[in-house]
Amino acid sequence: MNGPADLIFYILAALTVGSAILVAILPNIVYSAIALLFAFAGVAGLYVFLSADFLAATQVLVYVGGILILILFAVFLSHRISDVKLSNPARFHWQAAFICLSLFGVLSYTVVSTSFPVKPGTVYQPSTAEIGELLMTRYLLPFEVASVLLLAALIGAALLSRPEGRKGTSSDMEEPK
Amino acid sequence: MGMDKLLVIGAALFCCGLYTILTRRNAVAVLMGVELILNAANVNFVAFSHYVSRVIGGQIFAVFVIVLAAAEAAVALAIFLRLYATTGTVEVDTADELKG
Repeated sequence: MNGPADLIFYILAALTVGSAILVAILPNIVYSAIALLFAFAGVAGLYVFLSADFLAATQVLVYVGGILILILFAVFLSHRISDVKLSNPARFHWQAAFICLSLFGVLSYTVVSTSFPVKPGTVYQPSTAEIGELLMTRYLLPFEVASVLLLAALIGAALLSRPEGRKGTSSDMEEPK
Repeated sequence: MGMDKLLVIGAALFCCGLYTILTRRNAVAVLMGVELILNAANVNFVAFSHYVSRVIGGQIFAVFVIVLAAAEAAVALAIFLRLYATTGTVEVDTADELKG
């Protein structure tokens, strides 16, 4: 494959990696969250190139539509808006940069120097029907366990984020009279 | 494009997430680094599933990773809000009351 598809692939790769670097280095946490949005969108585009259409849609729905909104709400709820410019202090720049760059070098060298048993040719086929079928047959137990886990996480998050000290009598879950 | 380029992209995402976790003191920013690392793992799963194995199990694994990331983000952000209500800050250094 060459031509426009390659060009789009490189644009998506640059968008993803550049946004991830911005997430790591931007001093303002709101800007970091917006850069994270572009990183997630770039990963969704990479999924399309890997013939994972269902996963690309899930990435946009869950990450961009859900997790990023949650993170933005947490940022806005946990900081006074006046000192938002200083909201993301950092430390250990040089040690962390050394560790991460050396790790990236090792990983990239390993990836490039290893010859994976890649099957020739590329196939693009819709994956949604197959994923749904496998989730209902072969992966049914993990699917159900994941649903129970999501229910537990939902209840736990709702319970944790309620204000404390008003148990029973004047709880905010009560019906207004 | 090929598999090695995708794995290099995954490695770059992982290293950016690791740098974010190591340097940031704001707990929400640390959570952003964790999300970047989970995305790097997902890119690797889908790349191996597409190029090497040609079965769709890697994509299903990625779906479960996304589910776990959503649950983890919800619970972690609830904990951060409670931490902010208790101590007035969400910096990870200041939450050391359990230290002996």
